[in-house]
Amino acid sequence: MRHIISILIENEAGALSRVAGLFSARGYNIESLTVAPTEDETLSRMTIVTRGNEDVIEQITKQLNKLIDVVKLIDLAEIPHVECELMLVKVAINLESREEIKRLVDIFRGKVIDVSSNSYVIEMTGASDKLDAFIKALDTKCIIETVRSGPTSMSRGADGLHL
Amino acid sequence: MELSGGQIVVQCLKDEGVEFLFGYPGGAVLHLYDAIFHQEDVKHILVRHEQAATHAADAYARATGRPGVVLVTSGPGATNAVTGIATAYMDSIPMVIISGQVPTAVIGSDAFQEVDMVGITRPCVKHNFLVKDIKDIAETMKKAFYVATTGRSGPVVIDIPKDITDPNIKIPYNYPDAIVMRSYNPEPQADLGKVKEAVDLLLSAKRPVIYSGGGVVLGEGSAELTEFTQHLGFPTTQTLMGLGAYPATDKQSIGMLGMHGTYESNLAMHESDVIIAIGVRFDDRVTGKLAEFCPHAKIIHIDIDPASISKTVKVDIAIVGSVKPVLTEMLQLIKAHSEKNSADDLASWWARIEQWRSVNCLEFDRTTDEIKPQAVVEEVYKITKGEAYVTSDVGQHQMYAAQFYHFDKPRRWINSGGLGTMGFGLPAAIGVKLAHPEAEVVCITGEASIQMCIQELATAAQYNTPIKIINLNNRYMGMVRQWQEFDYESRYSQSYMDTIPDFVKLAEAYGHVGIRVEHPDDLQGALEKAFALKDRTVFVDVLTDRTENVYPMIEAGKGHQDMTLRVAPGTPINRELA
Repeated sequence: MRHIISILIENEAGALSRVAGLFSARGYNIESLTVAPTEDETLSRMTIVTRGNEDVIEQITKQLNKLIDVVKLIDLAEIPHVECELMLVKVAINLESREEIKRLVDIFRGKVIDVSSNSYVIEMTGASDKLDAFIKALDTKCIIETVRSGPTSMSRGADGLHL
Repeated sequence: MELSGGQIVVQCLKDEGVEFLFGYPGGAVLHLYDAIFHQEDVKHILVRHEQAATHAADAYARATGRPGVVLVTSGPGATNAVTGIATAYMDSIPMVIISGQVPTAVIGSDAFQEVDMVGITRPCVKHNFLVKDIKDIAETMKKAFYVATTGRSGPVVIDIPKDITDPNIKIPYNYPDAIVMRSYNPEPQADLGKVKEAVDLLLSAKRPVIYSGGGVVLGEGSAELTEFTQHLGFPTTQTLMGLGAYPATDKQSIGMLGMHGTYESNLAMHESDVIIAIGVRFDDRVTGKLAEFCPHAKIIHIDIDPASISKTVKVDIAIVGSVKPVLTEMLQLIKAHSEKNSADDLASWWARIEQWRSVNCLEFDRTTDEIKPQAVVEEVYKITKGEAYVTSDVGQHQMYAAQFYHFDKPRRWINSGGLGTMGFGLPAAIGVKLAHPEAEVVCITGEASIQMCIQELATAAQYNTPIKIINLNNRYMGMVRQWQEFDYESRYSQSYMDTIPDFVKLAEAYGHVGIRVEHPDDLQGALEKAFALKDRTVFVDVLTDRTENVYPMIEAGKGHQDMTLRVAPGTPINRELA
């Protein structure tokens, strides 16, 4: 089953490798990992999407909690949560296709954030399956490159992951 | 007080009350060694190889409960220490390892003797630090000792670049009295509800077993375990790491469990209805085949590390906490409880265990002309009256020591259980002897293991640490040979050595006494002579039966109920359940 583990971790050199190293050393799988400092610059927030049965996920959360740099963590899959991913797509355009691609971007509530005579850079945010759907809707021949952040997530309601 | 980085490190060690620093100098730690030169409070023990520094410090910690401290240089000094760090990590031993690093300006440039020590040790330390500013040294040292010694203890590495210890840069020194780390809460409070649930289950048990391990030794819970066990009247079995936490000579002790545990321990586990696991981690050498592990039992598990709970074996009642306070609390609740275990149930359970015990599973052939390794350990046990600190290496001799030296006190049995590190025994014995100069310290080893850190005979001479090395010399890597006999139709691939040194001459070359024993009739006399030489290190090279195997045994992939016993010398069979 898919799990989203959200971690508050000391913003120190090597903290990311401790987490990544733990996953590889113990044979856990990482689908995506995203990390950046929070509003408190001494802390980073990391979102890891992983898969495994209950026992594996229990071990992952326990082993992560054992890391000295980990302050707190939560498995968001267990509670109501929102999820959002950022994707940038660069597509090749020509006189015939530019209007149609722009309409498609509007339908998916994306934005064109860079335009050249023969390309667009499209910014798209949302749930991962929406981003997948947009890619499917595009003609694959026109895609020059894509980059995705991996999902970030937080719980619904007033409770949150903080000190 | 203004101090340089090197002086700050040494002053922190003094303020931590560090007695011994096990180390080996080199380029990146020269400033530190100069600071050591100017003081006498922290005694530096110069080993002959960095691996030995870590083992000696580790054993010092095992024998005293205080953290072992190591100082090595960058690059090869650091990598040589890694085996010892991993050894300590697997057995949760508190240690602080200070490694030198190349100057900050050249880190990452593949400088001379540069290695990413923080990266290399990350998977085998509790935590590690790279100090990048002289102002951070004192706080980092405090954190290192705090992390190493609290909670589930373990080794902590501090990597210090050379420029940080520059003698020309001085800052005011201030060592924090205490430290709080928001991300680290080492002393979990046990859930009282779970403790009560466990007590109810224990008192309803008909066939209970207490299964205790290294956590009881590390958590100083030996007295509590003993009182708890004796109050309940339950049989108790110990893991390799837990030997001595409960007196082995007491009638309630049914010996070690697991691969080379006793018949009575393993069968009691198999037939038990309630198991209380205390400070253990359900290691594969203990459980055997997981699918067949304790099929009838409800399991209570007490451990300070939540990650140890339900890692390999699902438990019914998990109590996260330190064994000492948890056992104290449980015992109070048990004493106040209206229920008691049925005396009839316990009596018939004990009768069944005595039946298994009467198989006398450890017995060996005492009639041959060859020296049996078991007989050597028995004799050492008699001569030292069971009071010695015993270190070992890894292999058959380690199992014989565990089976035949009956430890009545904790911290007396010093061995590498988790990692299984050959080469551990000799440096460990030196570390223990430094910690307890008045005590008898014995290293039970084999001719293959001892050669992995044999150079430490020089360290034993330099610091005058009179230890007794009992070399069970069967001219084979005995445990490897045993597995090859069982599993590879006796194809002894690379498990013997054609050239074995003359250990008597070797011991003498290092300034020690060497004694060789070749016949059973000479054994007692030789050992008495060795132990009578109180102020000398004596190397007793005992030529033992080449083909002796460790029994009983649960072969790999089998369950507790499926033990191989020795029924007549040399003919193992599977005995039907009694």
